[in-house]
Amino acid sequence: MKKLLPASLVLALAAPFSLQGYAQTTAPISPPSDIKALKQEIQAMRSDYEVRLQAMEQRLKAAEAAAASSAASAAVTPAATPAATPTANTPSTGTNSLNPAISLILSGNYARTSRDPASSAITGFHLPKDAAVGLGTRGFSLAETELGLSASIDPWLRGAASISLHGDNTLSVEEAFVQTTSLGQGFTLKAGRFFSGIGYLNAQHAHTWDFVDNPLAYQAMLGTQYGDDGLQLKWLAPTEQFLQLGVELGRGRSFPGSDTSRNGAGMVTLTAHTGGDVGDSHSWRTGLSLLNAKATQQQLIASDASGNSLAHDFSGSTRVVVADAVWKWAPNGNATRTYFKLQGEYVQSTRSGSLAYDVAGSNLQGDYRAVQSGWYLQGVYQLMPSWRVGVRTEQLNTGTAQLSAAQLAGSSYKPGKNTLMLDYNPSEFSRVRLQFARDKARQGFTDNQLILQYQMSLGAHGAHAY
Amino acid sequence: MPIKKPSIMKLKKFFAAIVATATLSHAPAYAALRVLACEPEWAALTQELGGPLVEVSSATTALQDPHQIQAKPSLIAKMRNADLIVCTGAELEVGWLPILLQQSGNAKVQAGQPGNFAAADAVRKLDVPTQLDRSQGDVHAAGNPHIQTDPRNITLVAAALSTRLQQLDFSHAADYAKRHADFAQRWQQAMARWAVQAAPLKGVAVVSQHKGFVYLYDWLGMKEVVVLEPKPGVEPTASHLQTVLATLKSSPARMVIYAAYQDPRASDWLHKNGGVPAVKIPFTVGGTEGAKDLFSLFDDTLARLLAMGTKK
Repeated sequence: MKKLLPASLVLALAAPFSLQGYAQTTAPISPPSDIKALKQEIQAMRSDYEVRLQAMEQRLKAAEAAAASSAASAAVTPAATPAATPTANTPSTGTNSLNPAISLILSGNYARTSRDPASSAITGFHLPKDAAVGLGTRGFSLAETELGLSASIDPWLRGAASISLHGDNTLSVEEAFVQTTSLGQGFTLKAGRFFSGIGYLNAQHAHTWDFVDNPLAYQAMLGTQYGDDGLQLKWLAPTEQFLQLGVELGRGRSFPGSDTSRNGAGMVTLTAHTGGDVGDSHSWRTGLSLLNAKATQQQLIASDASGNSLAHDFSGSTRVVVADAVWKWAPNGNATRTYFKLQGEYVQSTRSGSLAYDVAGSNLQGDYRAVQSGWYLQGVYQLMPSWRVGVRTEQLNTGTAQLSAAQLAGSSYKPGKNTLMLDYNPSEFSRVRLQFARDKARQGFTDNQLILQYQMSLGAHGAHAY
Repeated sequence: MPIKKPSIMKLKKFFAAIVATATLSHAPAYAALRVLACEPEWAALTQELGGPLVEVSSATTALQDPHQIQAKPSLIAKMRNADLIVCTGAELEVGWLPILLQQSGNAKVQAGQPGNFAAADAVRKLDVPTQLDRSQGDVHAAGNPHIQTDPRNITLVAAALSTRLQQLDFSHAADYAKRHADFAQRWQQAMARWAVQAAPLKGVAVVSQHKGFVYLYDWLGMKEVVVLEPKPGVEPTASHLQTVLATLKSSPARMVIYAAYQDPRASDWLHKNGGVPAVKIPFTVGGTEGAKDLFSLFDDTLARLLAMGTKK
């Protein structure tokens, strides 16, 4: 107590000086409010010290009482219990204590298919040569190994990167971005390489998907998952209802765009999402997104109805509209034991520009316009802790395509797929999944796929994104 | 024409009424500090310490597992509008709080800001792991985060939280200080009462479903014989439950304790097969009918423990 008194006096004397400057800047014209503010501040400090003194007195009393009661045999609380003395839990002070959070995803598959995945294609959709369609490979294979690093950069920014190591010994930068934490007013700005915020599934990393593969609509119209280099600005409305608007500008480096040398932006997106709760047990989110990407001399491969593959060249722009909705249910909002999740998305792509059709053969050139679409609907149910089942159904519409105002010979075939999934999660960090799919993406080829997959998460605790 | 005039009058009155209600609702004498608590116990404490000066909501309910929350849209919207967040910290919310903060676009509540309050920083943690490895289950590096089951911790958190409220809303500092002094006094009296009531629980051997009650046991001097979860956050398995039964043969326990949000089946199983009665405790405000605020939370917890602990 004796030590505290002079210290508090010094503080009380010093405080007005620092406060004066503050009061002057906030209200320079009216000196009475200065004095008022000062009085209030002094009052605040006094009450603050009263609080602290009281807390100390109480602690002293508690310790005395505990000591007294421990002397008596009927004591409940042991004397001077550790919990009664607050000590700052000092963080470890090693040289590595400022290292970023590191996480590693390990994943592998065993696939048994009735058709060779090397021949997989989606009938009626023109895709780049290196487009990831289908499972990629069968038999045993190492799936994506994802290394994630993230940390605060300074009080205003954070940074994150996820580096993907592929089974064929190649490496790719999946995401690498810096993000503001301090813009306020609901604004967040991101710069670097990131998955676009369009739709529901697009921004989610592969290890958080509920099925082994992404829906056909994403494979056919968004290059499996649309990521780009650029800027993203998101704004959250100051309302009780969740309302988030976003705009992205980017290079347009991947399908449906193409990486070409230009100063301007090759990609722009607009997103709007809203959502909320219905009682404690239900929550939902829905949204509408628009992506516009430019392509120049984009080489496309398409297989026609008879199975021949043709090469085309496309230059122009692609507009993709994505409508998404997700609804989740868990009794009292407690998803530990059981929950249900229903999600669906509709994707429509409009490509307009010029096309050189069958470059190696007929090489027809002219104005091109194609409208195509697709959707999926999936439900996942956790029947008991650790066990989940899921079902997904999906279909694509090859739509219409015109070259120089003439209808391109297309097919009315509707590529589709039905998938069943069962997964077992021994802990939050591990998952083993069995998936069976009947894939009719390619006309005339029904592929029965059986996949066994493991996904494990090491290191930093993963995030429970919605 | 004769119809038009009164309708214009009506419209005018209508708009006047709208403007009046809008100004009334938008210009209160004082705008309350908006507080988002991560768990119900901190919402209750903030309400005690802030009274009408704060507008408190809780991100979770007593029937939800605070480890397993998703960053759902409604929570992101709440985070965006908060002036202060009051969470447990000590990695309890590690799976969801960071995403909420990232998506909120709210600079005031980011880690390190005055608007970000972690209750666990004010107390000494128990169960700090000596070995940080997930083979030990879902371990928390900072120690056991379930600090709210010991009322002595509430005393400490209340003092720290009141100081924070005074700092954030200093024009009402005196008011907060007064409320805290009042609360602290009532709490001290309640703790004295609980100490007398709980005397018979000292030394009582118990089984826990989850390692979530160490602070409660530390306060009451109870003895945890064994835990139903083989590792923290891992569901009880049949083989582990057999080990539990074997342990109980050599060192019997009076009851098995589970929290309101937990699935009672493992505890019920032990009741049926081991003859150890299962006791549900509210764990936080709202966990049971009786746990309506912080005071009745401990009243109800003790009543439930005493009902089993003093039998025989």
